[in-house]
Amino acid sequence: MSKNLIEVEGLKKYFNVGGGNVLKAVNDISFSIAEGETLGLVGESGCGKSTAGRTILRLYEPTAGSVRFNGVDINQLSPRKMKAMRRDMQMIFQDPYASLNPRFTVTDIIGEALDIHGMAGSRAERKKRVEELLDMVGLNPDHATRYPHEFSGGQRQRIGIARALAVNPKFIICDEPISALDVSIQAQVVNLLKELQDRLGLTYLFIAHDLSMVKHISDRVAVMYLGRIVELAESEELYANPLHPYTKTLLSAIPIPDPEVEANKKRILLEDNGNGPITSAKDDSAAGGAFDLENSELVEVSKGHWVSMPKKG
Amino acid sequence: MDNNPIQVMQTPVDLKPEDFRKIGTDEKQAEVIQRESISAWRDAWYRLRSNKLAMTALGVLLLIVIASLVGPLISQWVHGYNYYSNDLMNTNQKPSALHWFGTDDLGRDVWVRTWMGARISLIVGLAAACIDLLIGVIYGGIMGYFGGRVDEIMNKFSEIIYSIPYLLVTILLLVVMEPSLGTIILALTITGWINMSWIVRGEIMQLKSREFVLASRSMGAGSGRLLFRHLLPNAVGPIIVTVTLSVPNAIFAEAFLSFLGLGVQAPIASLGSMINDALTGWLYYPWRMLFPAAVISLTMLAFNIFGDGLRDALDPKLKK
Amino acid sequence: MEPILQIKDLHVSFQVKGGEVKAVRGMNFEVGKGETVAIVGESGSGKSVTAQTIMRLIPSPPSIIKQGEILFQGQNLLQKSDKQMEAIRGKDIGMIFQDPMTSLNPTIKVGKQITEVLIKHQKMSAAEAKKEAIEMLKLVGIKNAEARFNQYPHEFSGGMRQRAMIAIALACRPSLLIADEPTTALDVTIQAQIMDVMKEMQERLGTSIILITHDLGVVAGMCDRVIVMYAGEVVETGTKWEIFKNPQHPYTKGLLRSMPRLDQKKGEPLIPIIGTPPDLIKPPIGCPFAARCEHAMKICERIDPGATVFSDTHMARCWDLHPMAKEGQSS
Repeated sequence: MSKNLIEVEGLKKYFNVGGGNVLKAVNDISFSIAEGETLGLVGESGCGKSTAGRTILRLYEPTAGSVRFNGVDINQLSPRKMKAMRRDMQMIFQDPYASLNPRFTVTDIIGEALDIHGMAGSRAERKKRVEELLDMVGLNPDHATRYPHEFSGGQRQRIGIARALAVNPKFIICDEPISALDVSIQAQVVNLLKELQDRLGLTYLFIAHDLSMVKHISDRVAVMYLGRIVELAESEELYANPLHPYTKTLLSAIPIPDPEVEANKKRILLEDNGNGPITSAKDDSAAGGAFDLENSELVEVSKGHWVSMPKKG
Repeated sequence: MDNNPIQVMQTPVDLKPEDFRKIGTDEKQAEVIQRESISAWRDAWYRLRSNKLAMTALGVLLLIVIASLVGPLISQWVHGYNYYSNDLMNTNQKPSALHWFGTDDLGRDVWVRTWMGARISLIVGLAAACIDLLIGVIYGGIMGYFGGRVDEIMNKFSEIIYSIPYLLVTILLLVVMEPSLGTIILALTITGWINMSWIVRGEIMQLKSREFVLASRSMGAGSGRLLFRHLLPNAVGPIIVTVTLSVPNAIFAEAFLSFLGLGVQAPIASLGSMINDALTGWLYYPWRMLFPAAVISLTMLAFNIFGDGLRDALDPKLKK
Repeated sequence: MEPILQIKDLHVSFQVKGGEVKAVRGMNFEVGKGETVAIVGESGSGKSVTAQTIMRLIPSPPSIIKQGEILFQGQNLLQKSDKQMEAIRGKDIGMIFQDPMTSLNPTIKVGKQITEVLIKHQKMSAAEAKKEAIEMLKLVGIKNAEARFNQYPHEFSGGMRQRAMIAIALACRPSLLIADEPTTALDVTIQAQIMDVMKEMQERLGTSIILITHDLGVVAGMCDRVIVMYAGEVVETGTKWEIFKNPQHPYTKGLLRSMPRLDQKKGEPLIPIIGTPPDLIKPPIGCPFAARCEHAMKICERIDPGATVFSDTHMARCWDLHPMAKEGQSS
C-alpha cells in the first residue's frame, strides 16, 4: 500500500445546543486514507458522518484532534497557508439544488475557485479551462452560460464535480453525492467519480448512507454510529463478515432488488422505542455491551478489520 | 418463464424492415437542454410583467412621479403662476379651468401645491428608504454573517432602540432641532433601519448554512467574497421588497408629522400640512383636502400593491 | 381477481410558463382486492402525480386532468364533487406521504388526529374513537400507546411519525391505501420496520396498496405486481417475479443493471443508463426512452410502441419486441 495522504487522529467536534447541552456529533474518530484510495464512511442520519467530513476540511473548527494532509497538521496552518491548502482538498456536496449559487452561471460557479486562487489568467483562458472541465465531467460546454436551475439533478451534480476539480485537488470528500439523485442517474455519477479517480489519481472519502453503493465504490469502509466508528474493514470483508451488531443490523435492513433474496431474508432489528435507535441501543445488554460506546475501543480482530469492543478490565 | 409473447403488438401502420434498422444513441444529444435560458432576474421580470395589478400600480407610481416633476411647471407655462403666487382676491376658489384643483385660503393654486407636496413626500419616502437600506444592510449583514457574540450584542442594541416609541423619538428630535426636510428624514431613519436590518440578518443567517456558501468556503473564499458575491445577491429579493414597502410608511409618517405641524414649515407645503390647513373649512372647501388626500392615498396604495407584486415575482422558488 | 381500482387512459398536465408539461400521458392499470401494486419510476415520471390524481389532491390550477377515468369500486372519481371526494378520502382511500414531518399537523396531538378521522367518517363518539385510536396505535407497533396518544408529533421520532401516519390512514379501514414514497425520508433500519408494519397491516385488514417508490429493493420485498413508469407512460407491467427475473423493456433492464448489489462481487462495473429523461413540455413523438436506449431503431423515434403481452400479468411496450425487429437487424 502506498503512503497515507490523510491521517485523522482523535477528531472530535462538539456543538453547544443550548441549555448547557453538548451534542457530540463527532466523538473521537481516527483513521487514515492512503493515496489513491477510497474510504467509505457510512451511517444513518445524525450519526455525524457529514460533520466529520466538514471538520476534516476545516469548514468547522474541531473541538479536539488532528487532521494531517501529507504529514502537515492543517489545523495549525495560518489563514494564508490554509487558503493555499484548500487547493488540495475539495468537497462534492449532497444536494445538487442547494450547492450551486442560483444567481451564478455555470462558468462563474466553476470559475470561482480559479478566481480565488488566481489561477484563471485571462478571460479567454478561464473560459477555456471551464469548458475543458465541463467536457471532463461529460457536460456540453455550450451550456456554460446557463443557470443551475436549467439543469437536471444529475447534470447539476456534474457541475459540482467540475467545480471541485477546477483547482486540481488531490483529495476530495464526496458528501452523499448521489443520494439525492434518481437511480438511473446514480450509476452515471458513480462511474464518473471512479473514472476521474483513475485518470487523476484522486483520493476519496465517500460519505453515504447507502451501503450497497459505498461497498461498490470503496476500498475500505468505516461504519459510524453515534459519532464514533464502530467497525472498519476492507469492503468485501465488511460485507462478508460483519462483526459489530450495528453493522449487522444495517446490512440486514438494506432491501435487495431481488424478490428471491427478499423472501428468504431475515432481518435483525434494533428496537425503535420512539427516541430512535439511540437510547434503545444503549440498554441493549443482549449485544454484550457492544453499544456501550463510551467504554469501548477499536480493536483489530484480523488484519485490517477493526471493531469497537468493550474495554477490558 | 419464457420470452414468447402470447399477443404481439398491434401496429397502426404497415411497417417495413427498414423501420427496424438500429440507430446509435448519441450521448451528447440526450444531454441537450431544450428550454430557453433565463436568469433568475429575467424570470422575475416575466412574472412581474404578467401581474396586471402590480403593473397598474407601477404605472400609477410613474404617473405620480411625472406629475410631481412637471405638474407645477405646466401651470407656470399655461397660467403664469407659481408655487408662491397668491391672489387674495381669489381665495378658496372651486376647481376651474384656471385653477384645476381650486385655490386655498391665501388664493394659492392647489394643483401646484399638491404636486409640490407630492414631490416632498416622495423625496422623504425615497430618501428615508435609501438610508434605511444602507444602514440596515450593513448592520444586518454584519449580524447575520458573523453571528455568535457579535450578533447577540448588536441585536440587543437594535432591540433597545426599537423598544423606544418611535413617535416619541421623532417628536423630541423635531422639537430640539430646527424642523426641516433633513430633520424629518433623520427622525424617520433613526428607528426605520431596524426592520431592514432584521430582514437582512434573517436572510443571511439562512443562506449562510446553504451548501453553495459552504462550497465557496471550501475553496478558500474570504468574508468579502462570501458576503458580496454569494449572500447579499441571494438576499436581494426580500431587500427590494422591504424597501418598496418601507417607502409608503415613510410617506405616511411624514404626512402625519406635517399634519401635526412638526413637518416642513410654511411656506413650503407637504401633503400632510395641506390637509392640516384644509381642515378648518373642509365642509365648505372640500377640494382643498380631497386632492392632497387622494394623491397620498393613491401613492401609498400603489407602493403597497407594487411591493406585493415584487414579493411574488422575486420569490426564489424557481419552479421548472 | 376483482379490481378495486381501474385507471383508464389518464392524462394529466401542468400549466407552466411557456407551455404545458404533460406529466401523465395515457396511464392504464388496475389494482385488485388485497393486492400490493408498486408504481416505480424516477422523479418526473408521473408516478406521484398519478397518486395525487386518484385522491383528487392535485392542485388545480396549475394541473389539468385532460381525460381518462378513475374507477374506484365502479364509480368514476373524476366525476365526484369536492364534497363527495371528502367523504371518500380517509374513509375508503387512505394516503401516506413521503415526509412524516410535514404530513402531520404539528399543533394537534397525535391521538386527536386519529380520532378526528374516526369521528368524521365513522360517526363514533369521542370515547369510542379514543379507544379505537389507541388500538390503531398499538397495531402499528407504537409502544405505550395510551401515553403516546396525548403527545404531539414533535415528540415522535421519524419512524414513529410514519407509523402514526399509517394509523391515521388506516383508521377507517379503507379498502385502498396509497403510499407515496413512504420510506424515502427514513433511514434504512427504520425503513425496514415501516415496510414490515405495512405488510402486517395489509394481512390483517385486507387493504389494497398502491406503493409509489423509486427503490427497487423495497418493491422486491413488499409488492405483488409492479408498474414501471417512464416519462408519463407505463412502459412495463408484471408480477414482481416477471419484472425482476424476466424484464422485457430496456428501461427496466437498465434500472436493474445500474444498481449495485450488496451480494455483487467487487470490480463489476455498474452499467448506467445514459442521458436524462425527456422534457415533458415537449414529449417525444415516438418511444420516450428512444434517446437513451441502446437498442433504438428508426421506428422508435417515429411511433410510440404498443403493448406486447407475455402473460395475463406481463406486458411491455417496446419496438424491439416486435417480430419484425429481429428481421430488421439481420438485414
